Amino acid sequence: MTLDAKIPSGPIEKKWEKHRFDMKLVNPSNKRKYKVIVVGTGLAGGAAAASLGQLGYEVEAFCYQDSARRAHSIAAQGGINAAKNYQNDGDSIFRLFYDTVKGGDFRSREANVYRLAEVSNAIIDQCVALGVPFAREYSGYLANRSFGGAQVSRTFYARGQTGQQLLLGAYAALSREVALGSVKMYPRHEMLELVVIDGHAKGIVVRDMVTGKVSSHAADTVLLATGGYGNVFYLSTNAKGCNTTAIWRAHRKGAFFANPCYTQIHPTCIPVAGEHQSKLTLMSESLRNDGRVWVPKKAGEQRKPWEIPEDDRDYYLERKYPSYGNLAPRDISSRAAKQVCDEGRGVGPGGRGVYLDFTDSISRLGKGVIEARYGNLFEMYERITGEDPWKWPMRIYPAMHYTMGGLWVDYNLMSNLPGLHVLGEANFSDHGANRLGASALMQGLADGYFVIPYTIADYLTKVKPGTRAGVDHPAFKEAEAEVAGRMKKLLSIGGTKTVDEFHKELGQVMWEFVGMGRNEAGLKTALQKIPQIRERFWKEVLVPGSGADFNQELEKAGRVADFLEMGELLAYDALMRDESCGAHFREEHQTPDGEAMRDDEKYAYVAAWEFKGEGKAPELHKEALEFENVHLAQRSYK
Amino acid sequence: MKLTLKIWRQESPSAKGRLVAYPMDHVEGDMSFLELLDILNQSLIKKGEAPVAFDHDCREGICGSCGFMISGIAHGPQKLTTTCQLFMRQFKDGDTIVAEPFRSKAFPVIKDLVVDRSALDKIVQAGGFISARTGSGPDANAILIPKEKADKSMDAAACIGCGACIAACPNGSAMLFTSAKISHLGLLPQGQTERHQRALRMVSKMEELGFGACSNHGECEAVCPKGITLEFIARLNRDFLVASVVATKEAVKKV
Repeated sequence: MTLDAKIPSGPIEKKWEKHRFDMKLVNPSNKRKYKVIVVGTGLAGGAAAASLGQLGYEVEAFCYQDSARRAHSIAAQGGINAAKNYQNDGDSIFRLFYDTVKGGDFRSREANVYRLAEVSNAIIDQCVALGVPFAREYSGYLANRSFGGAQVSRTFYARGQTGQQLLLGAYAALSREVALGSVKMYPRHEMLELVVIDGHAKGIVVRDMVTGKVSSHAADTVLLATGGYGNVFYLSTNAKGCNTTAIWRAHRKGAFFANPCYTQIHPTCIPVAGEHQSKLTLMSESLRNDGRVWVPKKAGEQRKPWEIPEDDRDYYLERKYPSYGNLAPRDISSRAAKQVCDEGRGVGPGGRGVYLDFTDSISRLGKGVIEARYGNLFEMYERITGEDPWKWPMRIYPAMHYTMGGLWVDYNLMSNLPGLHVLGEANFSDHGANRLGASALMQGLADGYFVIPYTIADYLTKVKPGTRAGVDHPAFKEAEAEVAGRMKKLLSIGGTKTVDEFHKELGQVMWEFVGMGRNEAGLKTALQKIPQIRERFWKEVLVPGSGADFNQELEKAGRVADFLEMGELLAYDALMRDESCGAHFREEHQTPDGEAMRDDEKYAYVAAWEFKGEGKAPELHKEALEFENVHLAQRSYK
Repeated sequence: MKLTLKIWRQESPSAKGRLVAYPMDHVEGDMSFLELLDILNQSLIKKGEAPVAFDHDCREGICGSCGFMISGIAHGPQKLTTTCQLFMRQFKDGDTIVAEPFRSKAFPVIKDLVVDRSALDKIVQAGGFISARTGSGPDANAILIPKEKADKSMDAAACIGCGACIAACPNGSAMLFTSAKISHLGLLPQGQTERHQRALRMVSKMEELGFGACSNHGECEAVCPKGITLEFIARLNRDFLVASVVATKEAVKKV
């Protein structure tokens, strides 16, 4: 089959406008006859549920957390990009578009990225209207800051809690719709299966995480906004509950999984402290605005950081990338950190760390200014490490953070599986092979507030109102039986190893062989090891308790079982993509100075994988990427 | 370090609960409190016992999922810190630490340390929003907001909705939580139109859900991991009083 991205014709700056006019509208009196399921209530899902509720659709929203307000969008610190050009520093929609395509190392779809840049301004307007307390100048105007991968100051922020404030805005809008009855909210419910009827996504099966009850929900269309799959690495900056189950189940039901190997490692995280480590904490990239990254010049340096004279320090980002310096994009900064640590020049326990030093900024701007900008981050660092960052420079190291890959979607955010829409981090669409800082919040809200409310009509106008199957349809009963069967199996194995032990084992393989640097031999090793771990999991896992009540181990077991399948596809994709691009770094393909070397002749496409059954190789479908507006070039931040 | 955890175990909402002691060896200062519970749970599972249920998600102090009473203090002894950000270096060798669920009439226990805090969502649904339809906002810089107002609003908006304030309050009052939301929106020009009805509706919902009244103990402020201050309660009281005088019945009814 050929993948049709349904990109509208015409010049790029007119595509979205034209498409909005070309799409049919749902008659206002018919809207309430359509039921829409939204899974996930982060920025994308929360904004979508609220906006669709306002439009008059009957919405049911689900999240695994105890409240819609807790989705992991909440943890985003730094900010949200928009092409407002309030700073008069040369920004424009086209520049945001250009930076994002370039930042993604020319592996994203131009039309989608342009639309993202185009609606970015409306997002800021909407968020302010909802009461998001963005940072302000003394004049009362909005403040901006700069972020990695850009030379203009276009990032809007709310202290170090931008994600929290944007999510609370969307949550407040959602809460209003819940009160009005246009959205029915199901917290502590986890989606465990997608229901497909006659080739269309028409519902889901969920488990009530308090009572254990498994039930079906039917709809005219299903929206998945369930985030990324970074926890396949076990240790990541994701929340503990983040998982791939919803999109993986949809993949197994026919939705193509695109570019799973594009996984972003964030350069500024607090290093691992020990075996007990359960997750990694990110320190906002905004710290790189004023902090200088360095390591000692010689390996095995024993002196305290302040005893090391300037001449014996290597400010390697400033040295290698003089024009972007400490603000080089994430993938590049992360690899550079790994490289100096591999050379034995890392700092801190285990030698996996680099310094992020504010000494120069403090002497230039004063402690007060730095405290006002980053005080909360300094406190957080001290709370976690027990070290005072005002005395010792912070130690940072890269950690798994964000996944650019996800379910394949067309320009309407619809998967190849009709009726299934995918939003936010869960889809693959806008960030190519690497996401720029402050662009995730932009994409989540763009999809939820300003794209899906329009494009959903393109699908729904083809569905006759009132024809929706009920939950007594055999497809629902079948899906419920599958879910029940899987849970029963997990509970009955009665092995000797815990779910966490398997998850850690998988994570180690992923980090070692499918992490920051990948090569053919390593990926083949991973492809051998992952199925072995999976096989042992289904024989040796020990899941206590029953399925009929609150059982966190059972929840985890289901998620890890899916990660054990998904991780294999990730490695498979990484092996297939025999080039380096963005965050996907194949060691075989690098320039003499260690930069990623793309192969546009062979790999300028989206890899969309089709599930062919357990134990069978997935089938690759290609969507060719055409660049009509941005000239393909080697990315340079030098 | 060696220490003893005494943990509230309760199988279900209706079951009788009890404290169970678990001696813990090899505790390291770099472990978070939740990582210590992870270790305990791994060993309980292997012994065929039920692991301790507790809510948690981001483990970086922002999602508000985690939280229980640690030796009588919501989120434990460290100021401005959620349970997930509490590290064992705050304790000393030989300590006995008691972990119990947040206790409040409005927060029924679900299992062990997990409570049902959905009442907080209901308070927000009663009026904790600005009704701005998607797409209706004017240009963001058309609304000027003095920096100090925006900063003060952000101070209130930092609330993570964990429920510690309610658990700490002898009256089980949700005033700090509610006042944070009311102040966040009420300090902004965009929040003025619905300011009165917001105060009336959220306060009456709070009372309806079984939360107690505020009698100025200040325990809420003391345990708040995000530093929300009592000043906002004063603000809520002012808004509520003014609203009671000036708001029309129609305004209160409408969303």
